[in-house]
Parts: sequence; structure tokens; C-alpha cells
Amino acid sequence: MRALPVLLAMLAAVPALAQPAAVPVGYLALVPPRTVPLTLLDPPLKDEGVQGARVALVDNQTTGRFLNQAYTLNESLAPDAPAVLAAARAMLAAGQRVIVTDLPAPLLLRVADMPEARDAILLDATSEDDSLRGADCRARVLHLLPSRAMLADALMQYLAVKRWRNVLLVPGQGEADRAYADALRRSARKFGLKLVADKPWAFQPGAQRTDTGHVTIGAEVARFTQGLSYDVLVVADTAGEFGDDLAYRQTDPRPVAGTHGLVPAAWARPFEQWGSTQLQLRFQKAAGRPMTARDFGAWMAVRAVGEAATRAGSADPAAIAAYLRGPKFELAAFKGSRLTFRAWDGQLRQPVLLADQRSLVSVSPQPGYLHQSSELDTLGIDQPETVCKPAP
Amino acid sequence: MQTRALTLALLLLAPAAQAERLFVSNEKDNTITVIDGGTLAVTHTIKVGDRPRGIVASRDGKSLYVCTSDSDHVEVLDLATLQVSRILPSGPDPELFALSPDGTTLYIANENDNMVSVLDIAAGRVVTEIPVGVEPEGMGISPDGRVLVNTSETTSMAHFIDTGTKASIANVLVGSRPRVARFTADGGQVWVSSEVGGTVAVIDAAAHKVLHTIPFTIPGVPAESIQPVGIAITPDGGTAFIALGPANRVAVVDAKTFEVRKYLLVGQRVWNLAFSLDGKRLYTTNGISNDMSVIDVEALRVTKSVPVGRLPWGVVVTP
Repeated sequence: MRALPVLLAMLAAVPALAQPAAVPVGYLALVPPRTVPLTLLDPPLKDEGVQGARVALVDNQTTGRFLNQAYTLNESLAPDAPAVLAAARAMLAAGQRVIVTDLPAPLLLRVADMPEARDAILLDATSEDDSLRGADCRARVLHLLPSRAMLADALMQYLAVKRWRNVLLVPGQGEADRAYADALRRSARKFGLKLVADKPWAFQPGAQRTDTGHVTIGAEVARFTQGLSYDVLVVADTAGEFGDDLAYRQTDPRPVAGTHGLVPAAWARPFEQWGSTQLQLRFQKAAGRPMTARDFGAWMAVRAVGEAATRAGSADPAAIAAYLRGPKFELAAFKGSRLTFRAWDGQLRQPVLLADQRSLVSVSPQPGYLHQSSELDTLGIDQPETVCKPAP
Repeated sequence: MQTRALTLALLLLAPAAQAERLFVSNEKDNTITVIDGGTLAVTHTIKVGDRPRGIVASRDGKSLYVCTSDSDHVEVLDLATLQVSRILPSGPDPELFALSPDGTTLYIANENDNMVSVLDIAAGRVVTEIPVGVEPEGMGISPDGRVLVNTSETTSMAHFIDTGTKASIANVLVGSRPRVARFTADGGQVWVSSEVGGTVAVIDAAAHKVLHTIPFTIPGVPAESIQPVGIAITPDGGTAFIALGPANRVAVVDAKTFEVRKYLLVGQRVWNLAFSLDGKRLYTTNGISNDMSVIDVEALRVTKSVPVGRLPWGVVVTP
């Protein structure tokens, strides 16, 4: 509340024509050349993430108009790792100290560990890696999207509430698939669900466009699931190579969840609750396509900077960084409750949606999962179990 | 109990004296529920446009203005025939509005385009639009009609607007996602509820400064569930009632000391509030339990629950 008198004094003291205080926000992304799409349904997006940042910039600018703050977004979209590192150095050399990132974990760490980034704050808009919130955490990196542990917990809580206790886990072969599957295994233990089988998917994708390809995949999935008794198939296929091919083809009729079917996510197309229709429409109008979770992560990151600058009543990057990491920060992000950062690992606390392509099924945490401080901390890595020990 | 039975008997004997009616907008059902203020029985359910939310009665009590958000207009319900008699333009996605004290003008928050539309009711047209913050929502008007307060949800401000010049006077930062703005009867203060911030800001209407921020804590209820929305202040300015959304409670606040005196357990996701004309009852709309709670204002007790339509949003009482 201390910020208010300062702001009001500012409003009263600053004539309308005074130079607005500049709040530049850096946006650093790795945008690799796209691979061939796996399906005609989803054209590969060239502007995922940054479009969310742009919508949030306009939101910040509207607010800034009333507070004499001028927000800008300094975008650097680089095609490969060397270009990202060069762009980061250039940004930091130019004095940019508040940077939103859309980078994979190893690159994010390389930027965070640059000596010239010592007094910068990074807002990781798109990663889900648990390692970045754990052993590899950094004090000056905040994470906007839910971690894999949070996504897995959101799903497992729902399965537990539904009493779908017997889970067939089907991980893919990629590194991210393994990380997602690890999070699911941990979460199944946490919520007392039983993995009746943990069976990697080894069937090679890629032949689906051939005539009668559906016969091959149908037979393979039926064979794959034969002789197994389970309530729900949980798949970890982050690249979308086979996850869509599991429903309707198993030996027993069972729902699919995980990266496909019922998906835990920060954002989903069918989501319209808590005023989120407004953001869905704003985004659609600006980007000409629906918002994805990565777009939403970037929107939250840029909005978080705006919120901190507004509440701190300052355009000074150090004041913004301090407010972002302080106890008073809260973000309204259409989830029906305030979102705050966990002090122990810089993760944004948030409800997680459970949705399929066409409908919002539920929102976790599920009622009944209690916690001594915040029910949102029943999702993901809680303070007593964190391995994050950032250097001060 | 005896007094209530007696009152009820008297009310039943004297139907002319209790012509009071309640109107509840049901966001999900696209209906308005009409309730007899004496018996608290539902008398009619009226089909209106899509997603009715904000409702307000005309000053002569003959019409009800309804923001039908998804139909992108305001409907006028004739309270004699209980039929929609007129459609008024509103700008896109009208959610909430304020009626000028002289009854001629509606100030409408358009959630989708960061504007407040000013509607001349007689002419049936939007005469001007005032740019405000992101996602305008709450609308409050001073008792003399000179000052309009609009809240913007993503900008988290209360915008003070001169209704004469249509120019902004001041912008006051409040807690996150401000919803309802309500002037006190003497026009001295504006109370603004912040749904996500979980607080109510009491603003000095002349100085445009936050005098006090009221926090709410309820044992056993997670802080995130405390989401203040509806505000009702007694005409004497002594007591304020604040609907706390998914906390399922109405806070009773001493409007002089700003201390919370009591929390009243009502239905689920309590949203908006209205007093009976004699000020003895307070009605609440409960969005998830699909009912309306009745609070005895003097005893500070919840006395009854009345089932209405699905997702009840606003409530209005007319003579």
C-alpha cells in the first residue's frame, strides 16, 4: 500500500506533458527453423510466445498511459544458440535489465550465468523443466508456466478424485518425454495411484500418410495394450508423434490423458472462465490465431513486469526486480485467484487447467487437497522437498 | 421467529403494501427471475437475450435495464407486462452499467474494447465513448450525478470521470482486478472491491486518495478464495456488506472504523447484493449454488435461501 501515495504524488506532480518514464522489456527467444508438420491440422507456428508478449505490451501501455509510464518490447528472435547468446550480450550491453525469455533450459542457463547478467532479472516464459526449478535454479530467474511436476500433479489429483487409480503409463523416446514421464511417476506415487505398467512406445511414427496406415497403427495399439488391465492410459509424447493415435484403438475402451486427450496445461482453447474470454478474444484479434500455453506464458511474463512497475511506482529495473521477487507481488491472470511466485524456486503458483481440444474438464488443485499455506502448493515441488539452493 | 411470522401474516393480509419485487439476472439461463418481495416466492421467469449480467431499474420503477452481454446490447424490460419492450445499443460485451440520478443516461462498461459507452436512453443511441483502462467493469455514479467511477480489471484502477466534460479527473490504483465501485450516500467516499487482490479500497471521492484498504481473513478459508465483488452500504453510511465470491460469505464491515464485524455464510460464489426498499433485508446472488440468500440486516443472520436460475449474477429491488 506504500506505493499508492508515491503514485498519487507522481500523478499530481507530473504534468500531463512530462516525459513518461520508460519501461523497456527485453524479449529473447530461440526460434529454430521449423520441421515438417506431423499433421495437416496444426500448421507450425512461427510466432508462438512473442504474440502473447505483444498483447501484454498493449495491456501494459494502456495502464502506463494513466501512470506516465511508457512500455516498450525489445524483441530478439534468434535462429540458433550462438545468435541467442550474441543477442543476449547486445541487450545487456545496451542496459536492458528486465528480460523475458523463450529459451530451452541449457540456453537459459548460459544467458543467466553471463557475468553481465548479474544484475538482470530473467522471466522464463515458456520452459516447463523441473531442473530449472530444482538443482539448476537461479535466484534471478522466475518461471511463469507450470513446471512438469505441477502439470503431472494437476492430472494425478483429478485421476485420484475420479478413482481412476490404475494407470498405464506410455512414455515416448525423446528427452522431454522422459522428463514428463518422470514427473508423472513421481506424481502417481505422491497421490497413491498405481502404475500397472510403464511401457515405452517403440513403434516408429512416420508411415501414417500411406494408404491403410490406419490399419497398421490400429493393430499396433491393440497389441500394445492387450492383456493389461487399467483405468486410464497416460501418455508422455511431448513432440506429438503418436499420442493422438492411442484413443479408440486400445484393446479395452479407456480414456487417454497426459500430453494427449485430457491435457493438463496453463492455457487451453476451450477455456472461457474468470473473464478469460477477454484475453482469448484480444489475442485472436491481434495474432489471427488462438492463444497457446506458450503465448500465455509470455503474456504473463510481460504483464508481471507491468504489474511490478505499476505497484512499485517505478521504472527502475532494480525496483521492478525487487517487487517481482518480493512478498507483495501478485498477478491477475484469469485463473480465478491471485498468482504469486514461490520464494523457494521462483515458480509462479497457479491453478492448472485440464482440458481436451473442445472442452474444459476441470481445474486443479482439486477440492479436498489441502495445504497449510496455499492449496496451490499441492501442485509441484513444495518448500520442504525443494532442492533449489540458489547462490544469493 | 414470532415477529417474522407476524410480519409475514401482515404482509399477506396487505398485498398492496408489499408490492415490492425482486429481479435476479441468471447469466447461464438467459433469464430474469421475478420474486415477490413479501412471500419470497418466484412468480415469473422471463426469457431475455444472451448472458444477462448487470441490471438496474429505471428511476420511475417502470423498467429494468439488462446488460445482455453476449447479445451485445441492453434490453429494456417493461415491469408492467414483464416483456422486453426495447433494445438499446451498448457497444460490445456490456457487463455492468450505472444509471444517472436523473434517469436519462446509462454509462456502460464495454469489457472488450476498453471504453465506457454513454447511452442517451430517450434517443436510444450511444452519444459518446470514453477511453479507460483494460477491461472496464465496475461503474459507480456519485449521488449528484457529476462523477462517474469506472474500474478496469487488468489495469487495476478506478477511473474518475467528469460526466459533464466526459474527461478523466483522476486514476486511482487499487488491488488487482477491481470489480464493483460504489459511492456512499453522502458522495464522500467510493468503495471499490478487488476480486483478485482480495481487498476493498475506500477512496476519498474529493481527494482521489485511498483512505483505507480493507483486508479479509476467514479461518479455514484459503486466502485465494476470498474474492470481494458486490458492495452494499446502508443509507446511513454505518455498515457495509461485501460479497466475497467463492469464500461463500458476506463480510459485515463497520463503515466508520473499517473493521470487519462478522462473516455471514451464504450460498456458493456470492456475487452481487441489494437491500430491500425498507433496508431491513439484504439479498445476495449465489452463482454456483444457483440461489439467493436473504440476510436479516438488523440481526445479521441469514434467514432464507431462494432457488433461482442458473448462475445468478445481479439483483435489483423495485417498488
